[in-house]
Amino acid sequence: MSLPTEKPNGRSRPMVTIDGNEAAAYVAHKLNEVIAIYPITPSSTMGEWADEWSANGRKNLWGTVPLVVEMQSEGGAAGAVHGALQTGALSTTFTASQGLLLMIPNMFKIAGELTPTVFHIAARTLATHALSIFGDHSDVMSTRSTGWAMLASASVQEVMDLALIAHAATLEARVPFLHFFDGFRTSAEVMKIEQLTDEDMRAMINEDLIAAHRARALSPDHPVLRGSAQNPDVFFQAREANNPFYAACASVVQKTMDKFASIVGRQYHLFDYVGAPDAERVIVLMGSGCETVHDTVEHLNTYGERVGVLKVRLYRPFSVEHFLKALPTTTKAIAVLDRTKEPGASGEPLYQDVITALMESVMNDLLPFRSLPKIIGGRYGLSSKEFTPAMAKAVFDELAKPNPKNHFTLGIIDDVMHTNLDYDPTFTIEPDDVVRAIFYGLGADGTVGANKNSIKIIGEDTDNFAQGYFVYDSKKSGTTTTSHLRFGPRPIRAPYLIDRANFVACHQWFFLEKYDVLKAAIPGGTFLLNSIYGPDEVWGKLPKQIQRQIIDKKLKFYVIDAYKVAQKTGMGGRINTIMQTCFFAISGVLPKEEAIAAIKNSIQKTYGKKGEAVVRKNFDAVDQTLANLFEVKVPNEVTSSMELLPPVSEQAPAFVKNVTARIIAGEGDSLPVSAFPVDGTFPTGTAQWEKRNIALEIPVWESELCIQCNKCAIVCPHAAIRVKVYDEKELADAPPTFKSMPYKGTEFKGMKYTVQVAPEDCTGCEICVEVCPAKSKSEVKVKAINMKPQPPIREREKANFEFFLQLPEVDRRDVNVETVKGSQFLQPLFEFSGACSGCGETPYVKLVSQLFGDRMIVANATGCSSIYGGNLPTTPWTKNQDGRGPAWSNSLFEDNAEFGLGMRLTVDKLNEMAKELVLELSSTIGEELAKELVEANQSDEAGIYEQRERVRILKQKLETLKDPRAKRLLDIADYLVKRSIWIMGGDGWAYDIGYGGLDHVLASGRNVNILVLDTEVYSNTGGQMSKSTPRGAIAKFAAAGKPTQKKDLGLIAMTYGNVYVARVAMGANDAQTVRAILEAEAYDGPSLIIAYSHCIAHGINMAKGMANQKLAVDTGYWPLFRYNPMLEKEGKHPFKLDSKAPKLPLKEFMGLEVRFNMLDKTYPERAKELLTLAQEDVNIRWGIYESLANAGNGHEKKHDTVTTS
Amino acid sequence: MDLTTTYLGLKLKNPIVPSASPFSHTLDSMKRLEDAGASAVVMYSLFEEQIEHEALALDHYLSSTAESHAEAPDYFPEPAEYNLGPDQYLGLIRHAKQSLEIPVIASLNGVTVGGWIEYAKKMQDAGADALELNIYYIPTHPTMTGQEVEDRYLTVLREVKKAVTIPVAVKLSPFFSSIPNIAARLEKAGADGLVLFNRFYQPDIDIDQLEVVPGVVLSTSDAIRLPLRWIAILRGHLRASLAATSGVHTAADVLKLVMAGADVTMMCSALLKHGPKRVTEVLEDLDRWMQEHEYVSIEQMKGSMSQRAVADPSAFERANYMKALQRYA
Repeated sequence: MSLPTEKPNGRSRPMVTIDGNEAAAYVAHKLNEVIAIYPITPSSTMGEWADEWSANGRKNLWGTVPLVVEMQSEGGAAGAVHGALQTGALSTTFTASQGLLLMIPNMFKIAGELTPTVFHIAARTLATHALSIFGDHSDVMSTRSTGWAMLASASVQEVMDLALIAHAATLEARVPFLHFFDGFRTSAEVMKIEQLTDEDMRAMINEDLIAAHRARALSPDHPVLRGSAQNPDVFFQAREANNPFYAACASVVQKTMDKFASIVGRQYHLFDYVGAPDAERVIVLMGSGCETVHDTVEHLNTYGERVGVLKVRLYRPFSVEHFLKALPTTTKAIAVLDRTKEPGASGEPLYQDVITALMESVMNDLLPFRSLPKIIGGRYGLSSKEFTPAMAKAVFDELAKPNPKNHFTLGIIDDVMHTNLDYDPTFTIEPDDVVRAIFYGLGADGTVGANKNSIKIIGEDTDNFAQGYFVYDSKKSGTTTTSHLRFGPRPIRAPYLIDRANFVACHQWFFLEKYDVLKAAIPGGTFLLNSIYGPDEVWGKLPKQIQRQIIDKKLKFYVIDAYKVAQKTGMGGRINTIMQTCFFAISGVLPKEEAIAAIKNSIQKTYGKKGEAVVRKNFDAVDQTLANLFEVKVPNEVTSSMELLPPVSEQAPAFVKNVTARIIAGEGDSLPVSAFPVDGTFPTGTAQWEKRNIALEIPVWESELCIQCNKCAIVCPHAAIRVKVYDEKELADAPPTFKSMPYKGTEFKGMKYTVQVAPEDCTGCEICVEVCPAKSKSEVKVKAINMKPQPPIREREKANFEFFLQLPEVDRRDVNVETVKGSQFLQPLFEFSGACSGCGETPYVKLVSQLFGDRMIVANATGCSSIYGGNLPTTPWTKNQDGRGPAWSNSLFEDNAEFGLGMRLTVDKLNEMAKELVLELSSTIGEELAKELVEANQSDEAGIYEQRERVRILKQKLETLKDPRAKRLLDIADYLVKRSIWIMGGDGWAYDIGYGGLDHVLASGRNVNILVLDTEVYSNTGGQMSKSTPRGAIAKFAAAGKPTQKKDLGLIAMTYGNVYVARVAMGANDAQTVRAILEAEAYDGPSLIIAYSHCIAHGINMAKGMANQKLAVDTGYWPLFRYNPMLEKEGKHPFKLDSKAPKLPLKEFMGLEVRFNMLDKTYPERAKELLTLAQEDVNIRWGIYESLANAGNGHEKKHDTVTTS
Repeated sequence: MDLTTTYLGLKLKNPIVPSASPFSHTLDSMKRLEDAGASAVVMYSLFEEQIEHEALALDHYLSSTAESHAEAPDYFPEPAEYNLGPDQYLGLIRHAKQSLEIPVIASLNGVTVGGWIEYAKKMQDAGADALELNIYYIPTHPTMTGQEVEDRYLTVLREVKKAVTIPVAVKLSPFFSSIPNIAARLEKAGADGLVLFNRFYQPDIDIDQLEVVPGVVLSTSDAIRLPLRWIAILRGHLRASLAATSGVHTAADVLKLVMAGADVTMMCSALLKHGPKRVTEVLEDLDRWMQEHEYVSIEQMKGSMSQRAVADPSAFERANYMKALQRYA
């Protein structure tokens, strides 16, 4: 592709600075009428743009607002699109990864019926040994056999261009198109590009072809039948009937590309070759990697090499003819790079296509080269693994060898099969006139937003080309973000991270002790630090490594106390505008005055609609920044002795030290293949080693005020506040500041009690302080726990927590687990997760782990809980001192209930087999033991303990036996101890995508416990509407407020009659929550617990999350109940309403949360209407529940019933 | 019977004006007040905090969670435009002016000089006939002097007056060392009228939860005594309009306050208790009483029992305290 030197037709087009998703959505929204969507990373924002634009009334090319509908799954979206297409609409969808897999059945149909459409795909890794949200082509490669054309874009500009080309071509070709680009590179890379205009699109789209599409539509006015069933006699021939369309497709696409060139000026080809016309070595690939190789080729050729790159645009149908023509006739060696992996194949797919193409040309005597080139293939870039010019050069170097390595890998160290090509990491092609800047920030400080803004300013207010890419760690609280910004005079073709930066900004002081932030700084570069220390004192506070690099690299060093400026100007914790102003002031990308004006202009554009006050505070921040920005006079000598903190403690186990710690330190890329388990199996109990220290303030216990209710412990989302009872003699070696008090209850009379905070694991959410009911009688603001700054007490409390941990755990048999207080003496086996600070889900998860963790297996649906539960580097799921703890796995988003049921089936079957063997071997192992093993009562902790003892004795006996049945029993003897199966996930899973499976599992009657962490939106992907979303709430895909009411999953489940159902809200009634969870586990059948989980997606003060839960219950928004089929069997009424009749109007609750009150700020009339309806929903639902509860009055009396006799 | 009166230069058909209350939250209920006979309506207050903080709070909740996770760049859709509290307020003024025949008095409540004052102009542009400026300031620091508090009132008033050309009334609290002095200074600073007095929301304590809770207590007729005295005293000293608010429940209350010198009497608690129909009832009683007692107009009665007009001016002064005590004894 070449950039236009002049604009055909003299049209000028706006330059915009957007990412790939927006570019694709822009074209798709213009050219479609019906858009069916479903959120999945990294494609969600395409659907969100489409929804938002339609909600705001943006019209398509033909003057109508496209209809955007969210479905229950990608399968549903594909089905809806199929239906829309069949009835004549122009219809599209967006997806990625597993979502694309769910669309495959419909894709076969759509292609089989020759239906024009374009699906836009942010290509993402498929889940195999692990899930990954990042980019590669494994998803799109799984659709090769569907019969769809596959068009690949390599850059943001190409996304916009090829999206239009795809939409134009599909109408003519009648072959449906998959238009894809690299997820988490192109999808999220912000670039300055030329935006296509309506005129461009109008010129490209042939309306006669739309008319033809409509004419083919199903219509009762000219009825046809499509989708017949066919028999062996005809299916084959009929399947071959569409071949001419596939034969013509490539030419149609090239013709469309030519037409595009004549209108827009950018010429694309099915295969675009860049490089020396007489190149001997050529790399063939597709996607964003093309850009990297393109620049590398140009660089190498200026140094006299003769190399080239063939960019594959149209991958399917694969035109051998065009492919061969595109290669230089001088080609002697070809390396085909695939961004996917097909284990067991003779090569990855693009490699195989190239081999086939060349071999066919040999066989047909059409080979355009003097001799058959050497062809090698390799894998690169899986899950967004970096692909750099150095790696591209390594491939060219390999091609120059007489016997180049085939089936190689790039960018990793494969010390097992030795597949990888070595490369020189110091090789770089970055030109000097491109400014490269790296910014380290925190998720909450606005760094990424500010940098996106800076890119827009540079892109739109200067002649520079600009690029931005943003990297996040996998935590939801205290996320570290790294922004990579490039700008320069030419279009930027560098879809890889910056490793040589002229400008490095560190927006958080504490990163200095954790990361080598100056590693990428080049000599003579600039370092900007947000520091509470001024220019005269900062030097003495820096770690050694930082000082050393500032001196050695002769960096210009600036400091600003951004938080001071933020506080003064009302910006709170947001330092975005301040640091952005510093960047412009120092970098000189614009003259200072112009830069300030541009920032203010951008502030006005971004915040203007939110009100003058917001604009004013940002203006103030800009104005006050420059006076607080100082250059530091750098001394000549390193004076610091401070080293970087080790990522984990020396006490950590070997795997944690050798593998986990390297990942924590940001060195995961350098871990070799041999470091990893072969099947995705990882140890649990690793989060405890990752001391994140993200809390500015932590709770401190005031024992003299404490009433020992343990509420602080039960609500703690991070298991960072713990309680223990223990014998006084344990205090002998206590640290001097360790606090303790006599236990107040009768059950542990005479023992000591302590509330202890884990200072380095606490996230500072304050929920514990908010719920603490004990207030000082003389000064009510002082509670039994109060927030205090963490740094001064970190070391002291660290010692106290370490001491606390080694205090003996309470004997589970002695605890009254049925109370809130008692439950909290049980060790949490879910701790220190990376969930959002103040998360509303994790308290439930932790509570379940306390009650049953030592015998539970968890099936976890994909979503927030699978990310904070299972995203590397560490997991919060942990073990007790006996090595027992939850075993956890995540299968998929859609199948979690079934996945958990499978676990139950195994447990039941192996338990049955174990019992059978016990009985068979009873004469050998002892009749009495056998009887006890088989008939054991395991309904409480004492029963479990005794059974474990019996199993221990059994195993000892079995060890001595020669009988093969003894060996078989030994393998499965542990199944004689009761196991608890927990199926967990969010409402997106339970109400939407997984509902069919969930329903089936509920109907199975099997003993599983289903915990729905109900945040009422898809929290993990950014707050999209689910069927749990209540009426009147704003959510993504419900920008104008959800018009329909929330699905009552509990009521539906109750209709089965044999399902235990509870609706709980810990913040409203923690005792009911504990009771419900215990009853669910005790019930020998399916149990469903729907747990209200406050969430940052609600737009609330998370510290008050539990108070919001209470208000949700008090207003009748979230009635609490338990439906226990066991009671029915006992002749009692099974339904118990656990909350009182609504005592406050619903608006009291709704007014507290942005998800509701924002509607009043966007569509006030609709807000009033929906509030009225939502109040009616509450009233009606309460009426139903109340009548259900009242039906129990006199339940023991005989009802009039119809009998069969 | 001529019940007309003039308030802030506005000719009103009678002296009963509903003060800022939930009734002015919707056009429908304002219409009901007009139908019941109200001669003007004071809209509910737009608070400085609402103007400033609503926007800031929204910005906080929308931006503080954004760009924090790779999978969730943000959590809410971006609307094309916001219709924040102040915008809705201005919209309501516009609608009220289109639908109502009686004057609409907008109400602005704040204590500092800041960006919110621009909303005075916006209210004028939206069609408000007058502005009630409610300066609701609670000094809590011992170094804050009475003079500083008064200066704050005057500064805010001057800023608002600079911004608008419509009449401005200042709603005051009764907690000044010299009410006639602050009243005179406010008049000099441009106040077209005074509204006496603001009934501050008084905080309460929940002794079970150990929390300070807001408490709204509706007034009774007894509450008119406070404005009655000060209106009677001020009537002779000021040219500015005087509105009496607090405790206006019955025709007798209206009569007393008008006799003391009020140009209008403002109702709130009575409407909250009895609904808009209360205006009709009071007007009927007022008419009946005036006829029975052979008054011909409100203007005739207005100020007839102000301090200057009564035979014994000390009745409104300290000396009356002694008399009251003696009677009690």
